[in-house]
Amino acid sequence: MKKVFSKLYIILIFIFLYAPIATLIVLSFNKSKTRAKWGGFTLKWYSELFDNQVIMDALYNTLLLAFLSAFIATIIGTMACVAISRMHRAWRTFFMGVTNIPMLNADIVTGISLMLLYLSLGMTFGFTTILLAHITFNIPYVILSVMPKMKQVNKSAYEAALDLGASQPYAFFKVIFPDLLPGIFTGFLMAFTMSLDDFIITHFTKGPGVDTLSTKIYTEVKKGIKPEMYALSTIIFVVVLLLLLFINKKPGKKDNA
Amino acid sequence: MKKKVLLTLALTMVAAACLTGCGKSSAGKNGEVVVYNWGEYIDPDTLDQFEEETGIHVVYDEFETNEIMYPKVESGTSNYDVVCPSDYMIQKMIENDLLAEINFDNIPNVKNIGEQYFEQSKGFDPENKYSIPYCFGTVGILYNKTMVDEPIDSWDVLWDEKYADNILMQDSVRDAFMVALKRLGYSMNTTDEAQVKEAAQTLIDQKPLVQAYVIDQVRDKMIGNEAAIGVIYSGEAIYTQRENPDLEYVIPKEGTNVWIDSWVIPKNAQNKENAEKFIDFMCREDVALKNFEYITYSTPNTAAQANIEDEDIKNSKIAFPDFSEYNNLETFDYLGVDGDNLYNEYWKQVKSAD
Repeated sequence: MKKVFSKLYIILIFIFLYAPIATLIVLSFNKSKTRAKWGGFTLKWYSELFDNQVIMDALYNTLLLAFLSAFIATIIGTMACVAISRMHRAWRTFFMGVTNIPMLNADIVTGISLMLLYLSLGMTFGFTTILLAHITFNIPYVILSVMPKMKQVNKSAYEAALDLGASQPYAFFKVIFPDLLPGIFTGFLMAFTMSLDDFIITHFTKGPGVDTLSTKIYTEVKKGIKPEMYALSTIIFVVVLLLLLFINKKPGKKDNA
Repeated sequence: MKKKVLLTLALTMVAAACLTGCGKSSAGKNGEVVVYNWGEYIDPDTLDQFEEETGIHVVYDEFETNEIMYPKVESGTSNYDVVCPSDYMIQKMIENDLLAEINFDNIPNVKNIGEQYFEQSKGFDPENKYSIPYCFGTVGILYNKTMVDEPIDSWDVLWDEKYADNILMQDSVRDAFMVALKRLGYSMNTTDEAQVKEAAQTLIDQKPLVQAYVIDQVRDKMIGNEAAIGVIYSGEAIYTQRENPDLEYVIPKEGTNVWIDSWVIPKNAQNKENAEKFIDFMCREDVALKNFEYITYSTPNTAAQANIEDEDIKNSKIAFPDFSEYNNLETFDYLGVDGDNLYNEYWKQVKSAD
């Protein structure tokens, strides 16, 4: 009895989680433009999607931004972790607090304050301003995931390497860096996803002619979202799903210490 | 292992940097024009055509609501050359000295725009100095002929208990109050608290009959036969009728809102001459026709109207009503902060009433 109940509960949760996505996927094959009518099966939105230069540009911008901002934030974040771990206790707590604030801060506050900052510096709004904004809000996530690894690092091993004649950078890359790698990797992925689905901060820091997927979709609100977007969302969902299946299929290969 | 990781990362980084470099296309040989328009509010082909014909590079940006557009133009985060706001927002921009006067000598194609639209524009741009109409429409009642068997010609039907739970209202302050105020015979731009209060009371009375307050979903719900009567913009009406022939659109006899979205040039525009070239191009009859077919919102371009191929639409009273047939059509005015607060206060009461 108890088992039946728990299974039902799980099924219910899955319905809640996936029903919206399933609706979207079904609609992406709908020949009719309106959600209220089933006009027959079609793949036309998929072919139109790839012909639509505007959406493709937005997709390109989104991916490029996500990659660059995550990559740069990972470098800065990791360096920050090394520095913070060497500080005195009081300073360390202080800096960890400071880096945590942007994460807890509402996106809209971050967005508007960045806009005001750029304005006062007289910067032209465009790709660069969005990139800087994304790097800014990504750094705390990298620090958050690298810091625990940093604490596990055995300092004596590093000192031993120095004693044995390794230069400081050499010792860092040979001894500390490998231990940090899993944390850096998670940090990178987290930053990547944060950047990918950000809307509000991008909205405030973007300039004319540069759109990411989220800002592009939002502008379509007045006239109704076009079915091409359903098709694109379906593709993104399927790609992520396949990626997850692929990763989960061969676990334990990498030593996720 | 880690060397490989580093190497791949570095390589992708370089590749990405290169791609960004290549991705940035250079400005056209005759400079550029920065356009800020509603989303999905232009046929993208016309932009390419403009670039080809003039050699001016178009930087195109889109907004969702007037309220989002305004701070972007005001703060000057980006210097837009051409913007396309709605009536009341144009008035606000004029009052706050954000717009530049348009030099009509540079826009010969303005002759294509019908006189009645400029006349209607005087509500927000009294001397027709700052704006040139691009799209317009009315707000009216869309009803399903299979569910309603009487001719509809009045806002009163939205208060008819026969249609309880079959009525869709617009979920925005000014649109909802427009319906109530017009029904009572008042101006939809009134700031008389007694009138607004009375309108709010009728909206509260109507509330039990309303199936939902919605914005976009009116379209889909009416196509899907989910409601009998809905308040809708005329531009959407043409599209919904195409999808569901049972639907009929009327402008109620008490009058309604005529909205106009017009091209304007902000004061801080960097390329005013190109902006005027762009507006002139948009006023050309073939371009206006192309845009009309893409957006389906009515064009004030009478030359383009005459060239519409579909006879039904060309002669449609929905798409192109003759304003002189009505004496109670109004366009939204900017009511100032106090006016907005007055409406918002009563709207809150309406929305929170049981």
